[in-house]
Amino acid sequence: MTFYIAIIDYEMGNLKSITKLIQHLGAKSIITSNHKEIFNANGVILPGVGAFGDAMEQLRKKNLISAINRLKEDNKPLFGICLGQQLLFSKSLEMGEHEGLDLIKGSVIPFDLKKVDKVPQIGWNSVNFINNDHYLTKNIPNNSYFYFVHSFYVNPENRNDIIGITKYGEIEFSSIVFKDNIVATQFHPEKSSKHGIMMYQNFIDYCKK
Amino acid sequence: MTLTKRIIPCLDVTKGRVVKGIKFLELKDAGDAVQLGKFYDEQGADELVFLDITASSDKRKILIDLVERTSEQVFIPFTVGGGIRTVKDIKEILRAGADKVSLNTSAVKNPNVIREGAKIFGSQCIVTAIDAKRVYINSPEEAKDKIIIKLQNKEKYCYWEVYIHGGRTPTGKDAIQWGIDAQNLGSGEILLTSMDMDGVKEGYDLELTKAFNEKLSVPIIASGGAGNPQHIIEAFTKGKADAALAASIFHFGEYTIEEVKNLCQKEGIPMRI
Repeated sequence: MTFYIAIIDYEMGNLKSITKLIQHLGAKSIITSNHKEIFNANGVILPGVGAFGDAMEQLRKKNLISAINRLKEDNKPLFGICLGQQLLFSKSLEMGEHEGLDLIKGSVIPFDLKKVDKVPQIGWNSVNFINNDHYLTKNIPNNSYFYFVHSFYVNPENRNDIIGITKYGEIEFSSIVFKDNIVATQFHPEKSSKHGIMMYQNFIDYCKK
Repeated sequence: MTLTKRIIPCLDVTKGRVVKGIKFLELKDAGDAVQLGKFYDEQGADELVFLDITASSDKRKILIDLVERTSEQVFIPFTVGGGIRTVKDIKEILRAGADKVSLNTSAVKNPNVIREGAKIFGSQCIVTAIDAKRVYINSPEEAKDKIIIKLQNKEKYCYWEVYIHGGRTPTGKDAIQWGIDAQNLGSGEILLTSMDMDGVKEGYDLELTKAFNEKLSVPIIASGGAGNPQHIIEAFTKGKADAALAASIFHFGEYTIEEVKNLCQKEGIPMRI
């Protein structure tokens, strides 16, 4: 069976840059919302840009919630990016309160304008890897810079779920998390030049195992 | 450990190729926008901006092709501007792989395109580009409907007027007020070009940049006037800009992005190096 990564399509965000990067690394990807294509993939990416509530509604409409839950049972690598990371958490406070996928315990909360200069955070910020042995950060120097665009951030209940921490203004937040079959980043590795490319390479290598 | 200031090279393109000569690169196709974008990515550029200055009617297809080819090879954020008028135009450009679109004339004529674009695609990908020109006055009484700044070290006042159509048409609109409106409509960033300083290479209009930073909460990209690294440093320290856009100082090989970033860092400005 040919190796491929499934990128979950729920009509939120720019998927092109992810497919192009995977192609650049010599691997195949499929943009899909088809359960069979998702289950047969070697690894799955949950992307996303936009509002939390809308995104959950789209996942529900497209019957994707049960599919994402099954990835955990199958122990299939799942990579959540930006909003795709936030969706994995229990709940979000973006425009009211919304339930998330609850695969990682914790909530998604807004930046407090008293503690940061500007919202959204847009640009390059560094990530302190507090778990140096994780496969996702292999061959990437600690405190490398990655590209962020967000107004909300995740607050995991369990400190052991955190791989990387980023400081914005007076706030320190979790920028890389992992749990069971899941890894997830708040930043966009596909927009983070060589270190982001390396992160995708690490994910693909892990999916090949 | 902090958010860095961004250095953004801007490429004027027509028919998928860079317009201004690129003298220092030994590329097979020296004017190819994708190759130059890739080169700047490798040099450490934090983002790229493509400004399409083509005026022909078949431009859309060529621009889409450029965006697609860029997204295959450039893995930093890139913004596309020039002639984007409708939500359908925005969708085409983003679908092709751009991360942000920059709206200028179309947003002034129809501010709703900002609102609609932000609602559908998110504020983070809607950049409002404002071309601003100084209007000097002797007393604030002369322009009561404008946001007036007292110029430093001078007994003079000014406000900034918005120009459209590539700087050819004055609109009578106050630039700072337009920036606030664009932000409220959902624009996630402002690309602020000083028409007084653009092409002069004597530095950015720091008072303009600073005024925008004080009145708005979204990031401000300073543009127009960079002639040397000191100008870029001042845009960050005195102008309080979040990002600095520059064209000729990089294209003609006067300075590399790396050199400029190193000089900024020496001044204590957070940089991704």
